[in-house]
Amino acid sequence: MMDTLEEQRAGLDLGEVSARELVERALGRAEGIGAELNAVVGVRAEAALVEAEASDARRREGSVLSPLDGTPVLLKDNIVMEGEPTTCASKILDGYHSPYDATAVERLREAGAIVVGRTNMDEFAMGSSTEHSVFGPSRNPWDRSRSCGGSSGGSAAAVSAGVTGYALGSDTGGSVRQPGSFCGVVGMKPTYGRISRFGLVAFASSLDQIGPFTRSARECAWVLEALSGHDPRDSTSLPEPAWSGGAELDESISGIRIGVPREYFQGEGLSADVSEPVHESLADLESAGAELVEIDLPHTEHVVSTYYLIATAEASSNLARYDGARFGRRAAGVDNVDEMYRRSRSEGFGPEVKRRILLGTYVLSAGYYDAYYKKAQQVRTLVRQDFDRAFERCDVVAGPTYPQVAFPIGEKVDDPMRLYLGDVYTVSANLAGLPGISLPCGEASGLPVGLQLMAPALDEKTLLNVASGFQGRTDHHLRRPGGVGESE
Amino acid sequence: MSQSEQSAMFERILQRYEPVIGLEVHTHLKTASKLFSPAPVEYGRDPNHDVHPIDIGLPGVLPVLNERVVDLAIRLGLATHSTVNLRSVFSRKNYFYPDLPKGYQISQYEEPIVSDGWLEIDHSGGATSADAEGARARQRVGITRAHLEEDAGKSVHDSAVAGSDDTRIDLNRAGVPLLEIVSEPDLRSAEAASAYLKTLRQLLRSIEVSDADMEKGQFRCDANVSLRKRGQTEFGVRTEIKNLNSFANVEGAIRAEIIRQSELLDDGIEVVQATMHFDADRGRTSVMRLKENADDYRYFDDPDLIPLLISKDRIEVIRSEMPELPDEKRARFESQYALSSKDAGLLVAQGGVADFFEATAQNCASSKTAFNWIARDLTKELNEQSIEVEASLCKPEDLAALIGLVESGRLTARNARDLLTDLVSGGGDPEALMAERGLEAVSDSSLIEGFVDEVIASNEAAVESVKGGDDKPLNFLMGKVMQATQGKASPGEVRTRLIEKIRGE
Repeated sequence: MMDTLEEQRAGLDLGEVSARELVERALGRAEGIGAELNAVVGVRAEAALVEAEASDARRREGSVLSPLDGTPVLLKDNIVMEGEPTTCASKILDGYHSPYDATAVERLREAGAIVVGRTNMDEFAMGSSTEHSVFGPSRNPWDRSRSCGGSSGGSAAAVSAGVTGYALGSDTGGSVRQPGSFCGVVGMKPTYGRISRFGLVAFASSLDQIGPFTRSARECAWVLEALSGHDPRDSTSLPEPAWSGGAELDESISGIRIGVPREYFQGEGLSADVSEPVHESLADLESAGAELVEIDLPHTEHVVSTYYLIATAEASSNLARYDGARFGRRAAGVDNVDEMYRRSRSEGFGPEVKRRILLGTYVLSAGYYDAYYKKAQQVRTLVRQDFDRAFERCDVVAGPTYPQVAFPIGEKVDDPMRLYLGDVYTVSANLAGLPGISLPCGEASGLPVGLQLMAPALDEKTLLNVASGFQGRTDHHLRRPGGVGESE
Repeated sequence: MSQSEQSAMFERILQRYEPVIGLEVHTHLKTASKLFSPAPVEYGRDPNHDVHPIDIGLPGVLPVLNERVVDLAIRLGLATHSTVNLRSVFSRKNYFYPDLPKGYQISQYEEPIVSDGWLEIDHSGGATSADAEGARARQRVGITRAHLEEDAGKSVHDSAVAGSDDTRIDLNRAGVPLLEIVSEPDLRSAEAASAYLKTLRQLLRSIEVSDADMEKGQFRCDANVSLRKRGQTEFGVRTEIKNLNSFANVEGAIRAEIIRQSELLDDGIEVVQATMHFDADRGRTSVMRLKENADDYRYFDDPDLIPLLISKDRIEVIRSEMPELPDEKRARFESQYALSSKDAGLLVAQGGVADFFEATAQNCASSKTAFNWIARDLTKELNEQSIEVEASLCKPEDLAALIGLVESGRLTARNARDLLTDLVSGGGDPEALMAERGLEAVSDSSLIEGFVDEVIASNEAAVESVKGGDDKPLNFLMGKVMQATQGKASPGEVRTRLIEKIRGE
């Protein structure tokens, strides 16, 4: 087995494996199980092998670039790479190739990481199931009849199935953490502005954040170290240097105050499948010396509606550029400009994207702006204040990542409202700009369950320390789905 | 209708109605690169030459503010006595148009960078006015706000492409930084509107905020016009005339709109709020789009940009580096060079000419003489030769030397003017040129006397008339003497001598 980033890194360091071998293996698995799960939508073989050989040469010369040097990685198909297609799983970007690298990709390259392919997603990152994709749904490696979550479902499924040791996703309202929980891998959303958004195709600019999928919190730290740091090309990127806390993670949990929001366990939304493993995990943490503190996040009942008002408003504007005029797909045989817009967008966007563009356009319209968008911004401030107050009493907030385990594909595709309500635990971190992480914390009916931790803005160190402390004491993250094949 | 009938009709309209006019000016800021992208700002390049992925709105790009534009906007704010807001916000104005790459324009909406200022204008219209000093009316026009925004690209409907009715898009202009300067509805005539624009344009150029070249589309204007009955205090319903790109069009459009609105009001029809188009050939305005059909721009703060925060220190640094403002320069010219307000205004209205004057006056005994030479003779030469003052090969020190030769009597004014023609186009040292052409004035009295005697001897009839008290033939005799001296004698001296000799005075 050499399918975790940590194992691959050790194998490379010990000379047990070459980057070329790792990349060959990743490409093979991408085209095998990756395609079978419909998790990987495009591979980058030739260039990746050239880069792998360059990495091996560096290693021979003793000039390794970083702990990621020579390790294969997958990109969610909304992170652009020079010369490669970027589809956002949308028909409207059919045939589009980016002329430039996203900052995250540039930093992966600088770290020596090797991009081997692109992963499936909900169209323009809008969804929680990776069913709204022009490529069709991705499948959960734990049960192929079930959703792998979304919108970064392809990346989560690929890491879960061992295609690569890590992958990038983007998290606007839980799109890394929720598929992480569905697929039994670690999914992290850093503090807003921690990783540059330059080259991440925008869904909702004030909420979007690139995040990694890995097996362990420790590996998450390595990826964060490579990708974070101020980027002058993104005005909203934090004026901070790259995060560098990976070496300081000591897994110490003793004395850590873990806030448990009362609101997260009330009501009927939360399934017993999820609440039981989460409670057990909290008990584990407590027995390891953490102090559990009951806290209140009084605006929790409004976070989903607030999120959907803001996210759709921004999306309606961000997606206006897909008009068939300059790039991407233009409807054939149009006679005038209005028809070009109407038909290119009608034919190019799928139903969920259209739904959100319409909703967002409405939210920003004259006469409705104050009642919806402005009000949502005010509630967003209140949500932030809820967390500010909570963090006076605790170091991290813990709870479920999602109210249930992976649901069957097709179950919710025609009931968007029910799907939206599931985002109740994840959207707050986006609204408040906080770092959050989902960790495998048990199983129910053979399906993984996710524990979510959130920390104050910029405090990834405490977040990852508690997460790695939890993983040091438990083995949930070591469990693998059956039937995804062994490494060759 | 004849011209005079037209103007009489217009006068009658103005007796009944008072026009209320406010202007929105879009001016290109003088920067090397675009507002949110590193693409260069150039004019006349091949289509889509100066285009960065940010200007095309490619997936994943983000805008980054060009800090230079902030400095320029602060300058304009200071020059118009405005408040420079320490916090301003970029918003998105959403609408679909093929030359608008992102489907929205980044602009400032509720919180602009500059607000609440004024600009003083001169109603007599400035440079070309022959009005007497007393007829000049100065007025403060309120500046409501000035905000930063990006320009759109250009749609080129190119029927010249063989058999094609395609529209082509040139994004060179997309993302060029604009400052939109909005006036209060303080203007009351087309002439005042034009004066405001000229003053503003001159100001923008003198503080180097914009080249404001109208032909290049760097200075464009929308005019808001309404009428109200004389004596009425509340404003009437206004219309907005879009895209006026010359002073003549601004005046023409406003007049046409005043006529159109007055005809409606006379017939008891309400003016409907609308966006108007001005057809310069027909001299008419027509409704382009009714307000009720206007786009809902769905403004909201751009989440890709953080609020623009400006420190007081930054404003003070820019204040300390501000070039002299036109009004300040005019006042200084009046006191330092003893020029009339009108003369000073005339110079200041033409930035380069004012600089030329200063440099010349410093080398001249009389600044008024320097003014006369520049305002009359140099200006005439530059116009005739179509040369900008900056491009003239006659430098201020050359003109000063030329004036010196005239003042000292070594060169006649007439010969000096001839020399000036060549100096402007070819340059050179005036004194050397004078010597080379043998134009030095004849100051030797005996030599002049000799020519005078010759002319008197050979023009008896004329001499007799002069003797009889008729001055007219005197000019004829003077011409003869000047001809004989090849223009090198001082006309005054020749005249004196002739009168002396003929009348014995």
